[in-house]
Amino acid sequence: MGYTVELMDLIKRVEKTRPERVMKKKAGQEFPALTLDQRRDRLEKYHPDFRAGALRELRIGPSRGISVAQEIADTFEARSRVDPDQIDLNEVHYETDVLVIGGGGAGTAAALLAQEEGSRVIIATKLRHGDANTMMAEGGMQAATKSWKDSPYYHFLDVMGGGHFENDPELVRTMVTEAPKAIAWLEKLGCMFNKWPDGKMFTLHGAGTCRKRMHYAGDMTGAEIMRTLRDEARNRVKDIGVLEFSPAVELLTDEKGRCSGAVLYNLETEEYFIVKAKAVIMATGGSGRLHMSGFMTTNHYGATGDGLVMGYRLGVGVRFLHATQYHPTGAVFPEQAEGLLITEKVRGAGANLVNIDGDQFVFEREPRDIESASIIRECEKVGKGVPVPGQVGRFGVWLDSPMIDMLEGEGTVEREFPAKFILFKRYGIDISKLPMLIYPTLHYQNGGLAYEPDGSTKVEGFFVAGEVGGGVHGANRLMGNSLLDITVFGRLAGQTAGKFVKDRTGIGTLSVDHVRRYHKELEEAEIGLDRVSPMVLPDYGNPEVRKRQWTSHYVGTLR
Amino acid sequence: MSAMVQGAVQQTESSSEAAVRTDLVPIFIMGKRYMVPSTLTIQKAFEYAGYQLIRGCGCRGGICGACATVYRMPGSSKISVGLACQTVVLPNMYLTMVPFFPANRAVYDLEELKPEAQTLMKYYPELAKCMGCNTCTKSCPMEIPVMEYVSAALRGDVEKAAEISMSCVMCGICASRCPAELGQYNIAIMCRRITGRHIWPQAQHVVEMVAKIDSHRYDKPLEQLMKADLETLRKLYVERQMEPHTAPEDWTPDDKSMI
Repeated sequence: MGYTVELMDLIKRVEKTRPERVMKKKAGQEFPALTLDQRRDRLEKYHPDFRAGALRELRIGPSRGISVAQEIADTFEARSRVDPDQIDLNEVHYETDVLVIGGGGAGTAAALLAQEEGSRVIIATKLRHGDANTMMAEGGMQAATKSWKDSPYYHFLDVMGGGHFENDPELVRTMVTEAPKAIAWLEKLGCMFNKWPDGKMFTLHGAGTCRKRMHYAGDMTGAEIMRTLRDEARNRVKDIGVLEFSPAVELLTDEKGRCSGAVLYNLETEEYFIVKAKAVIMATGGSGRLHMSGFMTTNHYGATGDGLVMGYRLGVGVRFLHATQYHPTGAVFPEQAEGLLITEKVRGAGANLVNIDGDQFVFEREPRDIESASIIRECEKVGKGVPVPGQVGRFGVWLDSPMIDMLEGEGTVEREFPAKFILFKRYGIDISKLPMLIYPTLHYQNGGLAYEPDGSTKVEGFFVAGEVGGGVHGANRLMGNSLLDITVFGRLAGQTAGKFVKDRTGIGTLSVDHVRRYHKELEEAEIGLDRVSPMVLPDYGNPEVRKRQWTSHYVGTLR
Repeated sequence: MSAMVQGAVQQTESSSEAAVRTDLVPIFIMGKRYMVPSTLTIQKAFEYAGYQLIRGCGCRGGICGACATVYRMPGSSKISVGLACQTVVLPNMYLTMVPFFPANRAVYDLEELKPEAQTLMKYYPELAKCMGCNTCTKSCPMEIPVMEYVSAALRGDVEKAAEISMSCVMCGICASRCPAELGQYNIAIMCRRITGRHIWPQAQHVVEMVAKIDSHRYDKPLEQLMKADLETLRKLYVERQMEPHTAPEDWTPDDKSMI
């Protein structure tokens, strides 16, 4: 275990340049940051979003003509798992007021608020309740709660600047004004945010914030929020039912085109079920497991963007799906830690990024997109990347964590980054003594389905919450705003849907006409009908084994 | 080497990938032999062997608790544990995932709970059956001293139980191994929620900010930003005062008109 002999040899070069780099850092001499013009140039030349072939124009559907990531376009330009001519919609297997699709933070918050409006709720989720990107969020949750120095006004400015001023301002206003209420709500549900003895909450800076407003629970804020919300949903078992391993694969409407339920697929028994609901809340999260441009990802196993395509077929347009967030520092070695997020805090604490010669090539506190583009440039253009052992053609650069102990004193790395320290130690690597090999990793879906501040969409009965929606973060989300997004818009969508079902008198005849129309569009655009979506699960199976599965028939990635 | 390893049926060399790969090691998934690359985690080894995982796979990053795994090495009586996504395969290990294990969970109303021993005994009377064997602690993949928080809960020290169990991923291995049949992780989250709600003081600054927002203090400032053209917005953004990294908690900005 530990680094290979070859890597240990290469690390000697890093060690050789380290004392001088530390000295410069102590003297306040930083590697020069890029100017705004240089930044633009670097993004356009090296950021994966700008690569030739990274995006393509959608040929059908409500956002026809808009460019999105190729892998997302593939799921949009595909037929449904449901055959409109075969499906029997007369036999309804479940009936409820509100159907929530997705059992992560946004979906669970929505379920709780809908229940408080008096609704009976079903949460349908692909994996277990809570197996979601929310669980994996480490850093924290932004909210302007300290009125002696901060306000929603400054939070608004930060969010807009981070998103290159392209964000939907109405959504941003809602998010920043609801933020303190979201914190108060989580606190009341028993979330253990880090606090002083008098109850005042700890807050930190994130990249791009002008005030310290990131609230956190150790380095597992998302897990603390997720398990608390899930526990509360379990206490309301009388009204909130959960169907695990039952992803939705298509939406249903009534004859007036109002969203009226969904088709679920039981992954274990391979059965399909019809759920009739007065309102549907889409909260399926992101799409990192589509591996945009072939990148590894920090996302959970089920993040395949299912809700995007279901909403799109229903007629809801998309925004900002050309912008994918790559986190600059994902582990590439050892293999078993691949894609694992190394928090931004490591660079914040002073660790340089260096190439195979041990030389710096970028200032370590550039914004995420610039930092990522610079690492890609160093490996692909300059050719000074470090070869990843056992993986031909893959490179990384060093994140020089031992500098932190030299700058801040022995033991700092272990104290400040306990989770990462233990993890690497498990693999025989002491990151207080040896650098980490990293490369940008696919982290977040900046865009998604278009929705209103109250969670509603242009389709009656259909609501959206969390990462599956797009607009609030513009083209680039800031650290700490995703946990905020899922809490605020999960709550609002739940509330709005709960109120909506009270006024909805009944559900007419169930229909999948929208799917029929969509399939016709596919045909007219001469797009082959061989692809099927949503993907549901990524395929990490062994192709050698697949060859021997003589009698298996696969629809997409699933049998 | 156990007899089972030596006697196991093996694929012919030419038909298996072992013919071209030299880095493969045998593992026994639920007793059945597979050759897998020695660098893989148990999770990826399952996939390499040909499984499309449905159960036993969630975040793939060691925090969701979906992939609890138990294993034993041949010739050893010791049961070891790990998360499949975090544990690298060992040659000749016998393993199974435990993606689900039934555990008692009480339904409760958090608002009505009191932070005392009687509360826990009321909802989880089986706590009293703990015989102090410490198997739970020995079987925690997160290296939490599980029995210590069970003892704290028994004593009514809810806050202590909450703190000790903070990094629990609720994978359930403790419950699967407990001779007293406790569902430790469900008791732990009840302790944490009681602590967050009823023991730790509420953050007053959050209450105050919510009141200010509800009194429409920020409606006009935000309206101004909504109406501002791009140039104005950029200017306000660039010129906004940064709270220094090292500023003390009571730092205040020069311009207080927008707070």
